[in-house]
Amino acid sequence: MATAANSPPDARNLGVFRKLLSEGLGRFFVTVCAGIIILITLLMIFFVAYKGIAAFRGPEALSVSEVLFNATWAPWPTGMDGQPSFGILIFLVGSLLVSGLAVLFAAPLAVAAAIFTTEIAPHLGERYLRPALEMFTGVPSVVYGWVGLTVLVPFIRNYVGGLGFSLLAGSIVVAVMILPSIATLTIDALKALPNSFKEGSLALGATRWQTIRHVLVPAAGLRIGTAITLGLARALGEALAVQMVIGNSIQFPRSLLHGTSTLTSIMTMDMSNTLFGSLWNNVLWTMAFLLLCLTLLLVVLIRRMGGTQKRGVR
Amino acid sequence: MALQRVKRRLKAATIADRLATGMFYAAGILLIVLFIAFVGYLLSKGMSRLNLQFITTAPKFMEEGGGIGPQLFNSFYLLILSLMVSVPLGIGAGVYLAEYAKPSRLTDAIRMSLDTLSSLPSIVIGLFGLLVFVNYLGWGFSLASGAMALLVINLPVITRVSEQAISSIPGSIKEGSLALGATHWQTIVRVVLPAALPGILSGVILMSGRIFGEAAALLYTAGMSSPPVDYTNWNPLHFNSPLNPFRPAETLAVYIWKVNSEGLLPDVTEVGNGASAVLLLTVLAFNILARSLGRFIQKKTSGATH
Repeated sequence: MATAANSPPDARNLGVFRKLLSEGLGRFFVTVCAGIIILITLLMIFFVAYKGIAAFRGPEALSVSEVLFNATWAPWPTGMDGQPSFGILIFLVGSLLVSGLAVLFAAPLAVAAAIFTTEIAPHLGERYLRPALEMFTGVPSVVYGWVGLTVLVPFIRNYVGGLGFSLLAGSIVVAVMILPSIATLTIDALKALPNSFKEGSLALGATRWQTIRHVLVPAAGLRIGTAITLGLARALGEALAVQMVIGNSIQFPRSLLHGTSTLTSIMTMDMSNTLFGSLWNNVLWTMAFLLLCLTLLLVVLIRRMGGTQKRGVR
Repeated sequence: MALQRVKRRLKAATIADRLATGMFYAAGILLIVLFIAFVGYLLSKGMSRLNLQFITTAPKFMEEGGGIGPQLFNSFYLLILSLMVSVPLGIGAGVYLAEYAKPSRLTDAIRMSLDTLSSLPSIVIGLFGLLVFVNYLGWGFSLASGAMALLVINLPVITRVSEQAISSIPGSIKEGSLALGATHWQTIVRVVLPAALPGILSGVILMSGRIFGEAAALLYTAGMSSPPVDYTNWNPLHFNSPLNPFRPAETLAVYIWKVNSEGLLPDVTEVGNGASAVLLLTVLAFNILARSLGRFIQKKTSGATH
């Protein structure tokens, strides 16, 4: 400042001008960065939607019900009449079953593990379980798929039944995959609760289990719900790990031990051996678009949950 | 009579409490055991391949004894390429959200976009990359296309990490700088960002561990092949150079998936186990690095406030 005051007036003005310029440029740069995030999201939705509806347009256009509510997947010309059929219902049901079952397996265990960490044995939990959970959130899905393929599939084949490649194997692999993230988010939710909740309940003479069941879990309920929904979104979009163990047969699973296919597994496998722009390829894009819509739906749901929670706190 | 009933209920509650405690212990210990078994299994199975030869030599075709050298190189190089774009962008967006954003439509749109991007299935991101970078922009299956697909996954994470790191800086530090006559931008560049840097770095390292093992987004962007390149050629513009961003590059995670689905290698199980173990160890290393950095920051900041 002192040097600025001593220097000739032009130099001082120049300094101020530079400051203003850098201020403006800086602000412009960070605003552009933030804008790029919106741009990428919009581009993503636009392009996937544009390709996703391609199958419903043009000379060989399919009808929506022919694709969404049709269980016959025969993209190559078949049978006497030689008409291909592009029903994706099997895959949609497969995806919903795998992710639903995975959440069913993972959520109770994840919430129990979180309660174990925060309420029952904080020492053991903070020292071993939490770091392990955080590390396992980062384990690549192909590694889960690989272990599922080399350990779980033979185990099911030998001790439970069926071929091993099954709905059961797929949902267990996905459950293991989403469990760590549900658990760590639930730990955060439980930790964010004011201590007075627990103290009040215990002071009234409630046991620890009563406190957990009637005070802590309900109070953290929305955030636990958000954690589970995020897990569901991740389960729905998981591709390779599921593809490796589910068997990829084109059929509704008749039991847990039967194989099936999911939207992601078919997209993964068929995208490389179909011609870009062909009807078959376009239907794969319809599946991608469907997956995108389901994810957006879950994102909106999660934001709703977060919104009500904030209002509740206020 | 009434006392009897109260006593019975108390006893029931105590028993339920004990049972629940036992159940929680069972869940916690089951998970710890499961995790140890998982890591132990992969490391013991992959042990026979955890040597320098395996991680430096190229894979063999329909023949035993191939390595994963190029794939490992590609994974790291792709990570670096993508961070080169996503770190400046992410930090910029984080600065915007932490320092400039006011409650407005725009801010809402940014947050909604962040939420959407971070929960999009990576296979959909990969297909978007296939459409836009591989086909429309004509980059083909290449490192550049792959890096752009990873960017879509990285960007929301880095933005969030930077925003959090910047917001957690005590207001007094900023106010001190502003009181000395620095402009808002000067304060951000010279005071706020240096203070937030360790936090951002630790978040980026943690995320890198996750990106390192990404496969679904790369199948159709970086491609499923790794043509031979000349590792002595360091000119990034030369077609034969490993640094050329427009060459196809299969990463380690993609390779694990591919060898399994092709089933052409006679020693596919050994290669898969070895490659999975390498992937697991890398993720572990990234985690430990981020964790120790985090602990270092905690020590430094708690020392400063005392």
